[in-house]
Amino acid sequence: MIRGRAHKFGDNIDTDGIIPVYAVNLTEPEELGRYCMANLDPEFAGRVRPGDILVAGKNFGCGSSREVAPWSIKGAGISCVIAESFARIFFRNAINIALPVIICPTAARQTADGDELQIDLSRGEIRNLTQGEVFKAVPYPKFISELIAAGGLVEHIRQRLQREQEPPRP
Amino acid sequence: MTLAEKILAAHAGCDSVEPGQFLRVKVDLVMTTDATGLISVHQFEKMGAQRVFDPQKVVFVMDHFTPCRNIESAEVVKKLREFARQQGLRWYDVGQAGICHVLLPEKGLVLPGEVVVGGDSHTCTYGALGAFATGMGSTDIAAAMATGDVWMQVPISLRFNYHGRLQPWVTGKDLILYTIGRIGVDGATYAAMEFGGEAIAELGMDDRFSMANMAIEAGGKAGLFEVDQKTLAYVKARARRTFSVFEPDPEANYAKVHEFEVSNLEPQVSLPHSPANAVDVSQVGTVEIDQAVIGSCTNGRLDDLRLAARVLKGRKVHSRVRCIVVPGSQEVYLQAVREGLVEDFIQAGAVVTPPTCGPCPGGHLGVIGEGERCVSSTNRNFIGRMGSPGAEIYLANPAVAAASAVSGVICHPQEVAKA
Ligand code: SF4
Repeated sequence: MIRGRAHKFGDNIDTDGIIPVYAVNLTEPEELGRYCMANLDPEFAGRVRPGDILVAGKNFGCGSSREVAPWSIKGAGISCVIAESFARIFFRNAINIALPVIICPTAARQTADGDELQIDLSRGEIRNLTQGEVFKAVPYPKFISELIAAGGLVEHIRQRLQREQEPPRP
Repeated sequence: MTLAEKILAAHAGCDSVEPGQFLRVKVDLVMTTDATGLISVHQFEKMGAQRVFDPQKVVFVMDHFTPCRNIESAEVVKKLREFARQQGLRWYDVGQAGICHVLLPEKGLVLPGEVVVGGDSHTCTYGALGAFATGMGSTDIAAAMATGDVWMQVPISLRFNYHGRLQPWVTGKDLILYTIGRIGVDGATYAAMEFGGEAIAELGMDDRFSMANMAIEAGGKAGLFEVDQKTLAYVKARARRTFSVFEPDPEANYAKVHEFEVSNLEPQVSLPHSPANAVDVSQVGTVEIDQAVIGSCTNGRLDDLRLAARVLKGRKVHSRVRCIVVPGSQEVYLQAVREGLVEDFIQAGAVVTPPTCGPCPGGHLGVIGEGERCVSSTNRNFIGRMGSPGAEIYLANPAVAAASAVSGVICHPQEVAKA
């Protein structure tokens, strides 16, 4: 169960906005977190309390493939991103590094900045405690649910490599 | 099946595939750079992988911040160099390298019908060769390096047909800016864009690279061209292995077909801060600029520099403007020297940098400050992309960038030069 305050952003938030180029050589999530959204809202990283939730419009994470974008969101202390829709590479990256990303156009549109949200990831349920509303997320395809259940792509591949390295059974 | 579907089916060992289906796809090449490669190396190690699946099929290109811009970037390149040496990978550094998406086709490392994944969103550039190429994040690239395959969902395909004959000074860049202007920055999200029509048949390879390059700016997963005589002439001079040519079926299933009549299209300019803000150059109004950039993986190839030189030769860059020309690779640079283009640029008062991403991502060699305006032949004009979040970026083709450098305001090339 995730619980936190909503930080609201608009449509087409791009990865240059999420993490500026001068910070992309950093590799530690906490360091990256300090620059999260720096180009769009320099105060953002300082305002986030651990567990807070980022809520955005359409096409969140468009632009560059920089995986440091979802890393910086994670590093800033954000527990989950809800959007009307996600750009493709960002969505993959987030799933791969186990940053929960939820597609839910109604929740994304109706949530106001500062609303208190509670999210049940396994049931795909978003509860807006401030407004007293409940929203259903668009469910993941089976393959992606399995990837998440494995703990992300690193773990998924680690298990696969181990299986493939085992000598074949007689 | 569409072109994308045929290539993916062949690489997944399936007779046919449908949009939405999840596949495990074999890759012919995995590429990464100094911008995103180090996280891939860390993730590769965390996966417990010992060796890359095939060192000949893994390429590292040092292009974004090289020759290294600061200590951090030097440390990144050092670690990547060490990993590449241990693994025996293909390695391109200062002196051989150029921007990855200019370099790989030039070296014959990507061929028609292949599947390529790269740790850079503009990997879609190779679609100009009739390959399925797409950008991914560092962890996906680590997985591909370890296993030689990737998971992929078959994208829907969108077909774009361009009809008519282009006016002088109108290029592939203008077609793609116009297209993104029409469909929006999420108009092709998750989709494969397939480009065709008689106006495309007339385009040279460098123009096709510019178009495929910007598929990602519409959210596309790939941007593909059918292989024709021009493609074959380009790859045959470079290929050192066999390849397969795929064609879309006449009854292929497209989620949407766009027909564009482009005979009267003007050069396009995308206003700040979105590539989708494309307007005719005559509609831009009076915009004074501080800097003009000609280069990048979109427009840093030989035809682009030739076009810019046609405008700059015998003229002078406006006294208020810095004009920065960035050849996309050593090969492009050398040929530009041989053809006298570099001399034309220098005589005009432009500066020519080494091949690198340079100013495009605000890395180095032309970062812009608060309140400055830059017209650029690159692909992104997002807030803060080339430096200060208080700066403005206008995207255009190389001729428009060069003409604007001369006049000091954004303008049509015909205002300063004859076609
Ligand atoms: S030239 Fe610009 S867009 Fe192209 S790879 Fe380099 S940074 Fe990315």
